[in-house]
This record gives sequence, C-alpha cells and structure tokens, in this order.
Amino acid sequence: MHLYNLTLSRPSAITCAIYGNFSAPKVHEIVVARGKVLELLRPDDAGKVQAIHSTEVFGIIRSLTPFRFPGAQQDYVICGSDSGRIVILQYSKDKNCFTRIHQETFGKSGCRRIVPGEYLAVDPKGRACMIAAVEKSKFVYVLNRDNDARLTISSPLEAHKGSNLCYALAGLDMGFDNPVFAAIELDYAEADTDPSGEAASEAQKHLTMYELDLGLNHVVRKYSEPIDNGANMLIPVPGAGDGPGGVIVCAENFLIYKNVDHAEVRAVIPRRSSLSGERGVLITAYTSFRQKQTIYIFVQSEYGDLYRVTLDYEQEVVKELRIKYFDTIPPAASICLMRKGFLFAASEFGDHSLYQFSSLGDDAADAGVESSSASLMETDEGYQPVFFDPRPLTNLEPLDRLDSLAPILDMKVANLADEEIPQIYATCGRGARSTLRVLRPGLAVTGKAAAGWGGGRGGGDRLSALPCARRQPRCQGCPPALPATSPPHPRHPPLPLPPLHPSLPAPEMAVSPLPGNPTAVWTIKRSAGDEYDAYIVVSFSNATLVLSIGETVEEVSDSGFNGNVPTVQCQLLADDSMLQVYPGGLRHIRPDRRINEWKAPGRKTISQATTNERQVAIALSGGEVVYFELNPQGMLVESEKREMGGDVACLCVAPVPEGRTRCPFMAVGMYDGTARLLSLAPDTTLKAVGATPESVLMLDSPQSGREGSDEGAGSGALFLQVGLVNGVLLRTEVDRVTGQLSDTRTRFLGTKPPKLFAAAVRGERSMLALSSRPWLGYSDQGKFNLVPMSYEALDYAAGFCSEQVPEGFVAVAKNSLRVIALERLGEFFNQQSLRLRYTPRKFVIHPDLKVLAIAEADHAAIPLAQREDLKQAAADAAAAAAMEADQQGGGEAAAQAAAAAAAAAAAAAELVGPEMGEESAAREEQWGAPKGEPGQWASCVRIVDPVSLQTTHCIEMADNEAALSVCLVNFDSHPEHGTLLAVGTAQGLKFYPREAQNGFVHLYRFLDGGKRIELVHKTPVEGVPGALAAFKGRLLVGVDSLLRLYDMGKKRMLRKCEYRRLPTRVATLHVAGSRIYVGDSQESVLFMKYKKADNQFYVFADDIVPRHTTATLHLDYDTLAGADRFGNVFVSRLPPEISAQVEEDPTGGKYAAETGLLGGAPNKLRATNTFHVGEAVMALQRAVLQPGGRELIVYGTINGAIGVLYPFTSREDSDFFQHLEMHMRQEHPPLLGRDHLAYRSYYFPVKDVVDGDLCEQYPQLSADKQRAVAEELDRTPGEVLKKLEDIRNKLV
Amino acid sequence: MASLADRFNINAQLEHLQAKYVGTGHADINRFEWNVNIKRDTYASLVGHHSLSAYHAIAENESIGRTKYSFLQNMLLPCGLPPEKEEEA
Repeated sequence: MHLYNLTLSRPSAITCAIYGNFSAPKVHEIVVARGKVLELLRPDDAGKVQAIHSTEVFGIIRSLTPFRFPGAQQDYVICGSDSGRIVILQYSKDKNCFTRIHQETFGKSGCRRIVPGEYLAVDPKGRACMIAAVEKSKFVYVLNRDNDARLTISSPLEAHKGSNLCYALAGLDMGFDNPVFAAIELDYAEADTDPSGEAASEAQKHLTMYELDLGLNHVVRKYSEPIDNGANMLIPVPGAGDGPGGVIVCAENFLIYKNVDHAEVRAVIPRRSSLSGERGVLITAYTSFRQKQTIYIFVQSEYGDLYRVTLDYEQEVVKELRIKYFDTIPPAASICLMRKGFLFAASEFGDHSLYQFSSLGDDAADAGVESSSASLMETDEGYQPVFFDPRPLTNLEPLDRLDSLAPILDMKVANLADEEIPQIYATCGRGARSTLRVLRPGLAVTGKAAAGWGGGRGGGDRLSALPCARRQPRCQGCPPALPATSPPHPRHPPLPLPPLHPSLPAPEMAVSPLPGNPTAVWTIKRSAGDEYDAYIVVSFSNATLVLSIGETVEEVSDSGFNGNVPTVQCQLLADDSMLQVYPGGLRHIRPDRRINEWKAPGRKTISQATTNERQVAIALSGGEVVYFELNPQGMLVESEKREMGGDVACLCVAPVPEGRTRCPFMAVGMYDGTARLLSLAPDTTLKAVGATPESVLMLDSPQSGREGSDEGAGSGALFLQVGLVNGVLLRTEVDRVTGQLSDTRTRFLGTKPPKLFAAAVRGERSMLALSSRPWLGYSDQGKFNLVPMSYEALDYAAGFCSEQVPEGFVAVAKNSLRVIALERLGEFFNQQSLRLRYTPRKFVIHPDLKVLAIAEADHAAIPLAQREDLKQAAADAAAAAAMEADQQGGGEAAAQAAAAAAAAAAAAAELVGPEMGEESAAREEQWGAPKGEPGQWASCVRIVDPVSLQTTHCIEMADNEAALSVCLVNFDSHPEHGTLLAVGTAQGLKFYPREAQNGFVHLYRFLDGGKRIELVHKTPVEGVPGALAAFKGRLLVGVDSLLRLYDMGKKRMLRKCEYRRLPTRVATLHVAGSRIYVGDSQESVLFMKYKKADNQFYVFADDIVPRHTTATLHLDYDTLAGADRFGNVFVSRLPPEISAQVEEDPTGGKYAAETGLLGGAPNKLRATNTFHVGEAVMALQRAVLQPGGRELIVYGTINGAIGVLYPFTSREDSDFFQHLEMHMRQEHPPLLGRDHLAYRSYYFPVKDVVDGDLCEQYPQLSADKQRAVAEELDRTPGEVLKKLEDIRNKLV
Repeated sequence: MASLADRFNINAQLEHLQAKYVGTGHADINRFEWNVNIKRDTYASLVGHHSLSAYHAIAENESIGRTKYSFLQNMLLPCGLPPEKEEEA
C-alpha cells in the first residue's frame, strides 16, 4: 500500500508570534509559527486579521525574532528551528513568499539538548544575534551590511559553558556600545556529584551577560550575578537615552529590575485572590513597545492575567518598578503590541484574538490593583502578596478572532445531518475553552455583510413586514410582498429596505424578499474611478429594478435605465457611460444623460450579451453575433457581424487588459455542443466540448497583471472556463497570441449547470460558479483554487463592493436578493461550535439515535457542584428574583411564587446537574476556571444533539472521578437494555508518579430517544480504565496493564476473563471477530485472540518498535493504522501467511504464544507505512470526503491540523508522485534548511508515503525549474499541475 | 593491527567527543549517569517540541509556559540525588 499525505487544514495553533514591518515599510504585520508552518498575518484597517502568506517549512520552528538594521524600515526574520541551522528570511513582496537570505549550519539536526535553536536574541541596534541551546551552547553571529546594503553574516563566535542550563535569553539595549546579551543560567555540575544534596539545594540561577567585543571580534562573559531561583524570562528595557537600559527578570511571583552596577528593584506580581497559596504566578509572555519617551511593557501570567509594567527612572537609575493589573485574556504563547493600538494574542489553546486598546489603564480613575517596588513589604513568611479579582475586559476591546482547532483531542467523521458529504466532528480546546466543532469542507460565508444591507434588522421576514409606507406614502395599500407571479410595477417600488446601521452587526445574512422571481442581478459603479458600487440592477422577466446604494438602499427612477423591459446585461463603460442591454436593443446612457439607442434588426431579439469596459457583443436569436466597440468619441460603433450557424447559448469577453484598447478574444458557447473562441482577426478556433455549454467565462491566470503593468498582464495565461449543462466545469488554457486552446481540465460541480460570474476576490478577478451549490474559483499563492462555499444554491450573482462590504457578492435565489461576504479565504473548513465545560477526552457517536456522548475531565479543577463562586452568583440571582417578585406582587403570593421557583430550580438542578449560565460560561472562557488541588478532578458526561448542536443532557461526575473513556455496548445476556453507554472513570488520578485510588465503569441507558441518559450501575475496576470496547456481546475494559472481559449483572458487571501481562497501559482497543487489537501507551500495538473454549486471551503478535500510541484505526483483519505522540503515523500488518497460520492452528496459537522470545509474542507485525507528521496525531478516522470518492484516512493533530492519507489506486500514480517528490526534494529544499527526507523520517524511516504537501509546492518553483522537473518526469509543467489538481480533487 | 599510538589516538578522539557532545558515554559509566543523561535529553526534547509540551500541558491542565518551565527545572536533578561514591576495592 502506498499512501499520499496531504494536509487539508494547516495547524491552527500558534507557537510563537513576532511583530514588525516585514513586507514593506510602515506595514504592520505579524509573523507566526504554527509548529511546522510559517505564516504572515496582517490586520487590515477594519481590524480583521488576514493571512497573507503561509508556507510549510518541513521542520519545527522553535523561535522567531525580528531583526532590523539601524535606519532601515523593514525587518528580517531570524528563525531558530530543529535544522541545526540559523536561517534569516526576508519577505519578498513581489514573489509573495519568504526568501532565504542566509543559512548557516552550526550543529546536528533535531531538537537536542546542546544544539542551539531554542532561544534567539538580537541586539536592538541590529548588529548581532545570539542563538542558544537549552544546555551549554551559545553562538553569536555578527550581522552587517555590505556595499549594496545586503545582509552579511559572520562565522559564529562561541560562548559555550558546559553543564550550564539556559532558561532565557535577551539582547540588551546598549546604544552603540558593544552588544550585550543576557541569559538566565544554572550550573548543575556540582549538584550532579554531591550525594548529600547540599550542592543541589544551593544551586543558584545566575544572570549572565555576554559582551560581544566588536573590535576584537570575540565574546566574553562579562558579568554573572545570582538571581532569584524562580527566574524564567528576561525582558530587555530600552536604554541609551531612550530609557534606563538593563533587563527585567521575570521570576515566579516577582519582577526584578537588574542592570550592571545597579541595585536590584523588586516588585511582587499581583495574584488572583482565588489562587491557592502553594501556587506561584509565572510570567509566560511579554511584549514591549517604545513610543517617543514612553516605554510600554505588558506581561501575561500563566493564568492569562495581563499586567502593565512601568519603570520610574531618572537618567539610568530606576527608582520604582510598578506592576498594574490590566485585564484578563486567555493564556497566550505570544502577545504582540502593535502600533495602531492593537494587541495580538496567540492563545496557547483555542481561538486567537486581536484586541484594541480602549485605554492604557493609566488614568487616575482606574481602580486597577497595582503593586510597586516602593511598597514591597517583607514579612517573616516572605514578601507580602498583592491580591486582585479578575474583571471583565475594561481596557481592551476584542476586534477579531482567528479560529483555532488546537488541540484536537478526538475526532470522528460521520454523516449525521444527512448531507451530501459527511461532517467532521472534532472535540477541541482545553478546560473552559473546550468546544465541539462541526467541520464541513467549504468556504465560510458570513452574515457580516448584513451590516451593509438590511442594517441591524437582520432577517428577511422582518424586512417584508416593514410597512412600505414609510418612504412611499402612496403605496399604503400595497401588500408587503407581492405574489411571485405578479410583475413589479416599476413606479411602485415594492422593495422596502430599512435604513442602514453600519455599526450594528446583524447576526444573519442579509436577505431581502423581492416581489417576483428575479432573473438576474448586476452591480454597477457610478464612474470607473469609484471605489464602491453605486447601483444594483435587478432584472425580472418583464421589468428591471434599479437600486441605488447609499445611506439606504432604495429604488431610483432617474438612472436612465428602461424599467419596463427585462435586462440582459448592464455595464459601466470606460468613459463613465452606462449600457443597458435588453431584448429589444442597446440603451447607451452617456455621462451627460443623453441616451443613444440601438434597436435589434427586424423581429430579432437579443438573447445573450457580454460586455467589458470597451467592447460589447450581443447574440441575436437565430445565431447572429454583433460586435460593438466604444470609439474615442464615446459612441458605441457596430464593427462586426457574424453568422454563427446555430443558436448561441452563452458569450463572454474578458476585461480589457491594462494599457490595451481591446481584448483580443471572445468565447461563444453554442447549443450544438461547442465552445468557440472568436478572435478579432477572422480566424476562429473551435473546441468541441461534448455537452451544451451553459455559461462561459474568460479568466486571467493568477500570475498575470498583479501590478497592472504591461508585461505582467501579458505573461500569465488566459483561461477559458466553460460550465456545461451536465454540471461539469471545463477549464482550458488560451494562448494569448494565437488563441490556441490547450490543457483542458474538467471538474464536476453539481447537478445544476454551472453559471459563471466574474467577481473580485482580494482585488483579483475571480470566478463564482453557481451550480447545485456555489463555488468560488480564485488564485491563492500562484495556484488556482476552486472551492465550494457553504451556502445554499443561488440563481444569479454579481460582485458587490460597498463601504460595509468591501468584497462580497449580491445574488438572487428564488425571490430574494442576498448580500453575502466571504470570511477567511484560504480556510479549508467552515466550523460551527458548541461550548463544553471541561477538556473533552473521548467521544462516541450513537449511530442509530444520532447523538454524541462526550467524556470531559479536567485535572486540578474544581467540580461545578463545589464551586463556591458560582453558588454565590446563583444565590444572588435567586435573591434578586425574589426581591423583584416581592415588589411586583407583594405579600405571600410572591413569597410562594419565589419558593416554588426555587424548588423548581433545585429540581431542575438535580435533573440535569448544575449548569453554568451562558454569561458565566463566557466569562470562564475568558478567565479560565479557578485552579484546584493536584489530584482533584472535575468531569462530566455530556449528550449532544449534533444537528441542532445542543447539549441535551449532562451528568457531572461525583467523588473525584474523571471520565476518560467511553464506548457503546450491547450485552447479549441482557438484550432488554438495548445499547448502553459505558464510561470509564478514574478516581483521584495523580501524576508524577501516576496513581489512582480506584477506577469505575459506569453503564448508562439512553432515554427519550437518546436525549437523556440514566445510570444503570457502576463497577469498580481497581485501576484506570484507559480504553473500552464492545466484544462479542460483552464489554472489554483495558484497566492499566490488564485486559478484562465483563458481562452485565444486576447490580454490577461480572468479571469473565482477564489477561495480566500487557506491557504498560492500554490506550486503545479495537476488535474484529475474535481478534483484539490493543494499542499500548508505550509499546506500540499488540494483536490478541480470545479463545472461547478455554475462556482465555493470548497475545499472538506484537510490534518490533516501541511507540507511545495515541490513536489507532482498524483497517482490516490483519492491518492496523496508528499514531504516536511524537507525531508518527504508521500502518502495521500481520503478514498473510502468519495470519493464516494463526487462524488454522488447532491450538489457536496458544502454545505458540508461550514460545515467544524475551517476553514478546511469537509473531511480529510488519510496518507497511511510516510517516512523520510533525505533531502528535490524536485521532484517526476512515472516511469518504467526496460523493463517490474513495475511502481514506483522516487525522487530526494536537496543533489543530487536519490531514488525510490517501491510498494510491494505481502503480502509475504512485510512481509519478514518488518521482515528483524526489525532484522536489532536490529542487525545492525546505525553507528552514531541514532536510525533507530526514524530517519525514524523524523517528522511523519514512516508508511508502509520498508527501503531497511538498509536491503541492511545485507551482512555487520558478518556471524553468518547473520545466526541468517536468521533463525529468516526461511531462509538461501543465500536466504535472493537472496531476496535482486531479489528486486533490479526488480527495475532497 | 592497531598500534599503541593508534590506541592513544582513539582515546584522544573519545575525549574530544566527550568534551564536544554532552552525554557521550565512557567505559565506567554507571546507571545513575546513564539515566541522568537520558532524562536531560528527554526534557530538552519535550521543551523543543511544542506539540509534546502541549500534550503534557493538556494532561496536567497547566499552561504550556508553566509546563516548559517545570521541564527545565527538572533538568537540575532529573533522577534525584547521585549515589554515594563506591569505595575503591
């Protein structure tokens, strides 16, 4: 079996983020590392974060830092990775990608102890950088400019010191003195040799300064002084005139200002009053920013609290260090303070956010808690702490959220909503930020557009209910919406649209009902230079409606359009005149409102038309095409007429290329099943397409005309897109000079004939194809992408651009007019989510009842029932309700009512368990839940209806039990119970060392058609039930390293069989026939057999390599796919002859099982495929992601990536991609210098898996390299691209 | 056949390796040293691979920043106190 690996949705977790100007001066951007993906993000003016560029680097990005020369306006990016190399990147705006400026090798690859890459620091004056390892090694590189202002890099200078651990690194601001780097170091040499433990207890962290002597070109350890043993981070402070210089050392509970020859200034970090005394407060992220003379430093604690740090200084003497509680946001991996007053927070888990500062928290009225070095109090027990309570956001306002699936903890693919393709259900997040997300492939379309249309009123029903009398008193008698059959009267505008409220975001799509079924819609600008569209033109079967877009959207009658006829096409021409094409002729409305009419000859009518700014072509009934051009006098002149010899189905002319006067080609689709390309020169090219074309569109290829220059516009290819009646979209390349058609690709879009429309996406001409669902074709990083949109079928559409909707579409569907906007172009899935209470561990889908059962558990958390703060809040609310009732009714009746309400609430609480209100759940999501003691667990089992995405029942676990595993089981001995839900729980589970007081298996029965569950009984199992599986009408439970078979009894389950010698712990269980496939948490997978006659389990095969299994997937009787926590995916198979031997063995392999060597099983599995994904894979599923597609393996990772492994169907494909991958490895080595083959073979050599992510970078090669690679493969570049596209289309 | 000089040479090479690469073993390595090296390597790897830190952070319900910090702290005495030196016999 050969597999093709393809990442569908790149990792969404952010491990590191930096801020700077990377693509151009004064463009404020963020570069983020998403594990193995490097991405450039840019918040636009509206505060929406746009992904500009994203690239997989085939390596692990461990550290990033921006670097800038003094006086320069742009930043470079220095990357520390696992490649054993330092890499300096520059973002190239022309090529829209990162280019490698320098790559210097210094060590072995891999995330090793003494190979630098973990820490990076630069000199603030841009002269040097230091790269350090966790232990011993530090290198300094001197960076300089040569005569052409190119970056040069020196050979490395060593600053190693053996047996020294490094905790943090920072570059100090020394002005133009020699660069100095500070590090927190700890020497362990003595502790390692002193058995008394004295040295270990005296081990002291030091703040060490390394000075790079630029004159002598060497590094010296200049200064080393003991600091607090809790130190973990360094924040450099601006110096040399801009500030006091030096460094702030972040330690557990303290911030300490340090500098050479400067007294220590220490302040305590304010702590939450709910925090237990044993827990420290650790700073995990910081950001600083200097504006004029003010230094802004913000730090974030591990609990998510943001503090503002202020230094009071005179000259170079710091007098006071103040720490003020600022706000609370979810804990972040990195925070970035940006120039426009934005704060970007890359969350450790869950969605990332962009905030805007509403205040800096320094006004006197703000009662924020502050601690200061001046008021530091030392008592007998240490320093006096300062307390605060987290509060709702006061200084920050959320602007934008970036969806993040990280971490995906479990994932299942199922079609529960009865849709065309199955949905992916993923449980994501951690703690109070956990969610269940439903993913569907396709572009998310949002209702944000509604703000520009339909205002704050939202839904369409309400629009129609609005009396139209408001603006048109004459129409008072009009029904709000005319029956669909009655045509609109042009002078009675029956379209009541409410005024615009741009500030109110409407929750739904803007949908406005129209009086009748429109046939088409266009948008048109007032003049060519305008930014926004001015009119929407809607055509009905016998009328035309013109709406002007302004403060409100209303009908206008002075547009010059003829409203009494349907419209075939309308267009703004290059001289700002407007053209309306209607069946009877052309109506040319000059800018000065003079009107020229051209009448269709005789009894012929115009059936089809196409226009651009200068050219107009119409098809008359009977198959005649007439071509007009706009002459310099602003007149439309008929310049050619042509008999096509058959009726014309559709027409299209591409827009006029920049700097030219006309587009040389026009495409014509005929009812005889051909698409023709007409040139202005009289030769024609014919293309038989096999079915009647419904729609044609000419589209420029992505490379063309980005800059609008002549050569740009000419260099890219022109594509002819043809939508056929049978639902297929054809894409053919058109030679710009000869008009030759070549390289045709087809794609089935849906059951309806695709109609094609041009619309601007990211400022480029893109294609909207409307079939049984809408598709969008756009270019993304030099590649043409055709993706479905998650929206219902549309009839007609046009691009739309207004102030509120900068890039959207206006569309008609049945009798409504809709404005839709795209959200997050480039995201592969669109998501719906449901909030969960605790970290989801496992879930199971009931296939018949179509419900989800989710086991959630959080360590060191307080169960809901014991939460004093929530009880208090509930009591307050009840008291308030009682008081209100008292005031309203007065007397006894009210008291009774209140008592009844309280009783009802109590009863409800008993029924579904305590539930948090929406408000407190949202608050919890932002603040995090309060911390409990280690070994304390909060857990629940939840039943979710996947279609309405609502929790129908939730049972909170009592007695410190944590639900860790679930499965569905039918007991043969008790068929009357039907399908039961088994939940494995551990009681009082603790880590380091791992121990549990007890374990239980709960059995629940489903009630009310799966809406609720009820406990049948629970059985103690004396250990942690890590995995459960139904097996031959009984329940198989993996308890630590035991495997047990249980049958159901009246009061508890009954032990039937046991196997005691599994290596570590059971992590996963699968069954097929009498075989049991056990995934061990450290020793890979084992194949077991149950012998019924002897009532015995035995292991008959195991693996030869250790793997820390996280997920397994049963593929067939002999084959198992699995994943481990180091990021490897493998497929293991029992060789067929051994499988047959095991099956035929009269002893059932029982005696053979005893002859294994060294405690292992007698037979060994063979790995058929291994592959390193790069991050821990948490879930594996087999699924079909396309109607009629092939089955493939879907995986979800801890960093929130979703990928697939697709089995090749033919030897030829597999060979082709293997060779392509080989050439790509040579021609396009990964960006950060990691060897691709070595990366994919990180722990085990890669075997029979082709990396599609690398192959898909083929279009990023330069044209001549593309050609060279294609030649090696005996193909043309076009064929290679087609092959890549084909395989992607096969998957999804 | 290796001459005497070669053997010295090999020793020198070994010493060089031991100086350059922390954790290179030697003939008299004891169980404790061996374990300490493995554990330190492991912790360094856990800190370096973000996804592994995240894996631990989820299990313990701590922030990733705290998890990485405690891994680094554990590198000081990963296996507890060293054993008493054995008497030379």
